[in-house]
Parts: sequence; structure tokens; C-alpha cells
Amino acid sequence: MRTLRGIAPAVSEALDQEMANNPEVFVLGDDVSHWGARFGFTGGLQEKYGRGRVIDAPAGGQNVLGLAAGAATTGLRPVVALISGDFLGTGFDQIYDHIATVNYLSGGQVRMPVTIVVAVGGGYGGGAQLSQMRYGLFAHAPGVKVVVPSTAYDAKGLTTTALADPNPVIIFGHRLLTGQPGVPFEGEDEDVPEDPYSIPFGLAAVRREGSDVTIVATAATVRRSVRAAAHLAEYDISAEVVDVRTLVPLDTDTIVASARKTGRVLVVDEDYQSFGTTGELTFRIQAGAFDRLTAPVRRVAVPDVPIPYSEPLEQAVIPNVERIFDEARSLAGVSARAS
Amino acid sequence: MVWRPEPSAEDLAVRIAEAGLEQGSLLEMYRTMCLIRVFEEAIRDRYWAGKTPDFNIAAGPIRGLIHLAVGQEAVAVGACTPLREADVVVSTHRAHHHALAKGVDPTRLAAEIFGKVTGLSRGKGGELHLFDRNRRFLTSGVVGTSFAQATGAAFGFQYRGERNVVVMFTGEGAANHGAFAEALNTASLWQLPLVVVIEDNLYAGSVPKWGTQAVNQHYQRAQSHNIPAYLVDGMDVIDVYEATESAIGRARDGYGPTVVEAVCYRYRGHFEGDPGGYRSRQEEETWERLDPIPRLGRRLEQLGWAGDETRTAVRRMAAEEAIQAVKVAEKSPLPNPAEALQGVFA
Ligand SMILES: Cc1ncc(C[n+]2csc(CCOP(=O)(O)OP(=O)(O)O)c2C)c(N)n1
Ligand SMILES: [Mg+2]
Repeated sequence: MRTLRGIAPAVSEALDQEMANNPEVFVLGDDVSHWGARFGFTGGLQEKYGRGRVIDAPAGGQNVLGLAAGAATTGLRPVVALISGDFLGTGFDQIYDHIATVNYLSGGQVRMPVTIVVAVGGGYGGGAQLSQMRYGLFAHAPGVKVVVPSTAYDAKGLTTTALADPNPVIIFGHRLLTGQPGVPFEGEDEDVPEDPYSIPFGLAAVRREGSDVTIVATAATVRRSVRAAAHLAEYDISAEVVDVRTLVPLDTDTIVASARKTGRVLVVDEDYQSFGTTGELTFRIQAGAFDRLTAPVRRVAVPDVPIPYSEPLEQAVIPNVERIFDEARSLAGVSARAS
Repeated sequence: MVWRPEPSAEDLAVRIAEAGLEQGSLLEMYRTMCLIRVFEEAIRDRYWAGKTPDFNIAAGPIRGLIHLAVGQEAVAVGACTPLREADVVVSTHRAHHHALAKGVDPTRLAAEIFGKVTGLSRGKGGELHLFDRNRRFLTSGVVGTSFAQATGAAFGFQYRGERNVVVMFTGEGAANHGAFAEALNTASLWQLPLVVVIEDNLYAGSVPKWGTQAVNQHYQRAQSHNIPAYLVDGMDVIDVYEATESAIGRARDGYGPTVVEAVCYRYRGHFEGDPGGYRSRQEEETWERLDPIPRLGRRLEQLGWAGDETRTAVRRMAAEEAIQAVKVAEKSPLPNPAEALQGVFA
């Protein structure tokens, strides 16, 4: 064990350990060599594996993601790292119509073991095109696994799992959890094993136990929810925080079990509110816990506006500890339905 | 820098006359380049306020990323000087110099960079998303995605029979996107009034162009689409002006698109806070000697159009304008948080 700061060194360590064992793994993307994909997810790899395996590709998502798809069909294990999840748009079709679907459409003949790592999330003045989450868009596509780590420990273990998975996986790493110098850090220094390990997909984690209200969250909002829960405790409200960890596959059982226990659920998400993650989670919660819910499920997400640049506007839309606290407190105070 | 003979005073006078430039227009180009330089330096200064000694991207009066164009002033000014107000400029993530050269108000530009309600977009867009409808100025923060939009704007002019032109800027890195070829094909096929200006500053982020381009220059690619193309010295505003002026004239007269590739250099990092290390000091010094502003200054001197005193006065005036703009912008109010929820739909 030693201490790691943030999910970025955790992801790069997992990549490193897989690359050491498996010559088929290579890394492709923007600024992946010198700058470790800017937010550190591929940091240090070029020095170790050289430019033949850690490759700055000519710009263009269509090019990079299509190339990864093609390489995967020959048995390679491409890792595509982009500076921002917002840039996936330039290769959207390659993911949505090919990387995601070809295993199915080929009747299982052609696999797409492509791992994509992108930085997402706002709260640092990045402006819309460098702040959006948009993982819900990709979780929506059948055939893509979606990883949304909130801790360094998870980031390493889930990346290792991604690299062993025969399917495409996108790892959405929140910028404010990367632990990179110069970027605000909402995580904590953590003890992370040096030896390789993996964490199975589809297992949510209960980050804090509670009995009055369940807060279901992903990535940075998990950290914010844990802080809000500590604050709620001061008001004698016992909040349970469930970290989704992977959106696809989704651990409905753990989420529903918590919902059944507390009867009140707040879903928190930094992605856009409508037609996305919070709606899907809420559907599953009501389907599995309807008879135990004592209040309608609530949500805190980014209202349906692009992430604005100016600080007061940005702070008004990105879910923060205060908004989570307020909503959870109000939810806990709703009188129970007569049963 | 494109190596070519430095003209004698006499040759220079001939060249200038052939380009249709006069004392007033050349001095105005000098002024705008100085304005851009000082504007960028003032923004840089305010960006670093609150970020030293420990850099924090979210601290200080300007948060987030900024991409300065110090060193690239000649490309923006050379290419925008022949434009009219109704012409469109489609710019990139590195956009301040293009905006100022297109006549965007420096105070409103700076205010947007500070995220103020007096900014071009009331603080909603920020540095990466600069728009000015009146000045017909557009950008995108997603690299390589504006080519077809520029083609579309040019199509709009052609469709409506308006004799306006679109100047589309791109970095040499962004031009590797497939959409670049798509735009050239469409613009050539339909003979659209489009002038593509490639700012080849040799790097895309930390990546030198030899690592990502199969050919050293992009302008040759235009020729394969039957588009005339120029390779110009992007550190020489006269060179840039000559090529773009005739390209813009042809586009306006219905003779279709042109590609102008201007070889240049950015004097600062890719963004402020760029850790560097990927360019040699020696390379940087070589390019610093080619600084486009003193270079134009020497030519004004050679032509007998502006001596030391005049140039100093012009520089001072431009500097005052830029510094004042940044000051006023910084003192302006922030938007009300309630504005965050307004304006998604028109
Ligand atoms: C689609 C997309 N990929 C990556 C980026 C990150 N990025 C911002 S600027 C840049 C380099 C652009 O290089 P170039 O086009 O040469 O312009 P320059 O920065 O040199 O002016 C990159 C990769 C982006 N903004 N959009
Ligand atoms: Mg460049």
C-alpha cells in the first residue's frame, strides 16, 4: 500500500500494469505522450513504453475511434484517451454505430474490446465544451459499458477490469477527482494497493450507511453527497450514500435494497437532468421499491442548460454539497404516507 | 517563417504599392497588431493573478483555460484587414487575435473572458466560446468542427446572392480532421466564397506537426481539390495580407475558395500554465527574432512612413486602449445566477 492522490494516477497505473503483461494493449489519443492526455490518465506511459505504444494520433475523433475499432478487430486492445468527453462527439458514430453494435450485429463474431478514457465534469471555469458529463448519452447505447469512478481505489480496479473485458468500456473520469496539480481536488489521498487487482463491474458501493434517506450518486457527486450526509447528521438525519460505480452494468439490487430500507431516495447527477441517468435510476427504484417508498423519488442534476462559463452561473447549475443537503433535508422532512 | 529574400527599401515600396497598401492602412495594421499584443499580455497578467505561487485553474479573476495568440498577430491582421463588416470570420479555440482583428470590441471581449455580464455572451460562453453577431464572428472550442460551418456560411452568402466572404481560421493540427477535406471538396465543387487560413504554428498542444502530418504543409491538399493555395510567411503581415486580399477579392467576385497557409509561431504555451518542455529554447529564440510587430515597424521605417516617434505614439495609444478595456472589463459586474437558466431556446 501507498498513498495515491486522485483517479488519474490510479488509471495510469492500471494501464501500466496491463501494458506490462499484454503487448496487445496500446494507447492512442490527443496529447497522450507528453501530457498524459492532459489530465494525467496516461501519465508516465510514454517514457516506459515508447511512442510505438503510446501514440499521439492525428486530430479527429472519427479517425482515432475508427482506428481503434479497426485495430480491435485484429485482436489488439486499443485504449483511446481524450482530453475531454466533450470531444467524443467528433467520433460519435464510431462509438454509437460500430464499437457499440458490431459484436451483436456480427452475431458475436467480431468483438470490440476498446477502452476509452476521457476527462469530464465542470466546476473549474472550463466552459460548456470542456465541462459536460454526457455519460448518459453513451450509457443509452446498447453495447457500451460505462464506468464512473469516485475513488482512486475504484479507478484502478475498474480500469483493470475494463482491459480484461471483451466489450467496449468508456471510463468517465471527473476532472475534479483526477488529483492533478493545478486542478481543484474534491477527492482524498487514498491507500491503494500497488499490486494489480480488479473490481467487477455492476457492483455499487455503500459509502455511508443511513436509515432516513438514500442518496444515489456517481463520480464527484458521491464525494459531495458524503459531505452533505455528514452535514445532515448534524440535523439528526441519517443518510445512506450509494455510489453507482458503473452505470452499465447497473447494480439495481444494491440501489433498490437501500431504497427499500430508507423509503426515501434522492438521485444526484452532474449530467443533464432530462431523459438521462436520473430518470433511469428513478425508474428502477420505483419498479423495485414502490411498496416501500414513503415519498416520491427526487433528483438533483444539471438543469437542462449547457454548462455556463461564468462562476456564479456555473455554480448555479452544477450540483454542490449545499443543493444536495437542501434537497435531502427537505425530502427527509416530508411526512410519511399513511400506510 | 517562410524563407524568402528580405526586400530592399525599393523592392519593398514596389511590393507595397502592388498590394494596394498605403501609409494609413499599413499604420492601422501596425496599430491593431500592437493592440492584440498588449491585450493578450494584459489578459495573461490578470489570468495569473490569484494563481501564483500555486497554480489553480479555478482561482483568480479569470478561471479555466486561456489560449493566447502572442506571436500570431500578423496572421489575424493580415487576413482580416481586407474584410468588410458583413463578412464572416469563423475562428477556433485560439481566437482573441481574430476577434480583435475583425473589429470585436476589446472591452466586451475581455469581459466575456472574465465571465462578466457585460461580456459578448453575458458570461455564458467564456474564452472557448466567443461569438459576436454584429461583427459576424464565430468560434468553437471543439477543434476541427467548424469547417463545415464555415462552408455553410459561405453557402448562405452565395445562395442569397450577397457578395460577402467567409474567412475560416484553423490550426495546422485541426486541419488533420477529415472534415477539413470535406469542406474543401464542397467549397470547391460549389465555388463558395470561402478563404481558409491555416495558422501553422508547428504544434498542436505538445505535439509537433511532424508527428501527425504525412506532408509538411496542408496547402498542397487544396490543390488536389482544384483550390488555389498560397504558402505565406505568417510572421510577415504584408505577406499574409497580399495573399488573403487577392483570395478574398476572388471569393467576392464569385471565383470560389482559396487556402492560405501561414507559417507562424506562438510565443506562449498552448494554454497558460502549459508546462512546456516540448520546444527547445533555441527554437523559441529563432522565432522571437522574427517577431511580426518590430518587423512591420522596421518596414514602416524603411518606407519613410513612420519613424520612431510615430510608432511609439501608435504603440502607446493601442496599449492604452487594450489596458483600459481589460480594466473596465474586470470591474464590470458578474451575471445574476438566475441568468443561468435563461436562453437555452431562442
Ligand atoms: C475535438 C477536439 N479534440 C481535442 C481538443 C483539445 N485541443 C484543444 S487545442 C488542440 C490543439 C489544436 O492544435 P492546432 O489546430 O494546431 O491549433 P493551435 O492550438 O496550435 O492554435 C487540441 C488537441 C479539442 N479542443 N477538440
Ligand atoms: Mg498549431
